[in-house]
Amino acid sequence: MNWLQKHWDARAALNFMLGGAGAGLMIASALAWPAGAAPVLLALALVATGLGAVWLEIGKKLRALNVFINPFTSWMTRESFVALLLFSFGAAAMVKPQPFLPLAALAALAFVYCQGRILRASTGIPAWRAPQVVLLIISTGLAEGAGLALFFSTGPLLLSWFALALVLRAVAWTRYAKAAPSAALEAPGKALLQIGTVAALALAFAGAWYPAAAPLAGLLALAAGLWLKFALVTRAAFNQGFALPRLPVRGTR
Amino acid sequence: MTRWAMVADLRRCVGCQTCTAACKQTNDTPPGVQWRRVLDMEVGEYPEVKRAFVPVGCMHCDEPPCMHVCPSTATKKRADGIVTIDYDLCIGCAYCAVACPYQARYKSSDDALRPDVATKCTFCVERIDAGLAKGLKPGVDPEATPACVNSCIAQALHFGDVEDPASNVSELLAENQHFRMHEELGTGPRFYYLWDKAE
Repeated sequence: MNWLQKHWDARAALNFMLGGAGAGLMIASALAWPAGAAPVLLALALVATGLGAVWLEIGKKLRALNVFINPFTSWMTRESFVALLLFSFGAAAMVKPQPFLPLAALAALAFVYCQGRILRASTGIPAWRAPQVVLLIISTGLAEGAGLALFFSTGPLLLSWFALALVLRAVAWTRYAKAAPSAALEAPGKALLQIGTVAALALAFAGAWYPAAAPLAGLLALAAGLWLKFALVTRAAFNQGFALPRLPVRGTR
Repeated sequence: MTRWAMVADLRRCVGCQTCTAACKQTNDTPPGVQWRRVLDMEVGEYPEVKRAFVPVGCMHCDEPPCMHVCPSTATKKRADGIVTIDYDLCIGCAYCAVACPYQARYKSSDDALRPDVATKCTFCVERIDAGLAKGLKPGVDPEATPACVNSCIAQALHFGDVEDPASNVSELLAENQHFRMHEELGTGPRFYYLWDKAE
């Protein structure tokens, strides 16, 4: 009786994957490499591509602006407003990093928080409504963005932030997996811990001496996180189904 | 204050799907879209297996998750408790469909009347409103009553005002033990299932 939702497919998953990684890259840029325009541009491009993918999925594309109508209760509307802030601050940061890059990073953090809350508000899907999903979505965004940032710089501050984000993501995943176990997430979850965390951390550590190892660490962390989020949105999204707390009593008692 | 609700007597439902067919005919829904479904549920393990037919659809919740997540405010709740969709406002993002715990929402490109937007059971709101305008009583007068209720061959489905203690549904709820689907979620569904006589 459980039913895998098919309304949100790979296009919706892309919003969580690319949007999270883009937001994480914006935050990493602000923390560890505040003068670069290229990572900021890539971050905005990733977020825009994710939102564009969602736009391709909606039924009435010409009414897309109606998404802004309900900021009072809808996290999707809030995500859209925050995206506007993110694009505004991000574009300004490419010209004038201070104070706009920190503001863009704050907007990016709010963006991934909104994404977590979007899933959390999906009452019918146990894998999404678990409260632990919010930290999972935030931490995956931070880790994947930090991994991407390693393609631009391998400084000690960025490597430290990357390691911290990986540990946070691993903790968030462990907490989430305990609260909402799902067979569909077993393989990507294992890959997240073994390849996306342990192997990536080892490579990042090696990156302190061999800078070429750092981008590989970032790639592993990125790939593992993207796979997990793809599976979370498209493979683990089972509706809880129906249940009968009582069966009909027929005939005489 | 009026509060419309549906009551399904699980002891009476025989799973004939007449309500499903009546709903499709009345609301002109496309193939694959069933605003009123009847589940055939088996519970237990051999040899202790029991079977129940369970009508489901939009529960017109007190706290509808679909309404709260809707980014366009297309999903609204009327004062009488009926959850509605403004098809001209809906963007078809299907957030409501994934948020609904009762698998009650659809989005279909094949829907000639409502293409690519969210749809669901409306409690036949047009019939209710038109009937009330004529002074009829929903749940009692067929012209003002949802099509699924009218069509039920076993009188398993009932419709009425649960805020009115003298209504048909209030009497049924008083005379029988009942439950609502997934009450633990706090959605306050307005679809009651009767399963036994009152103690």
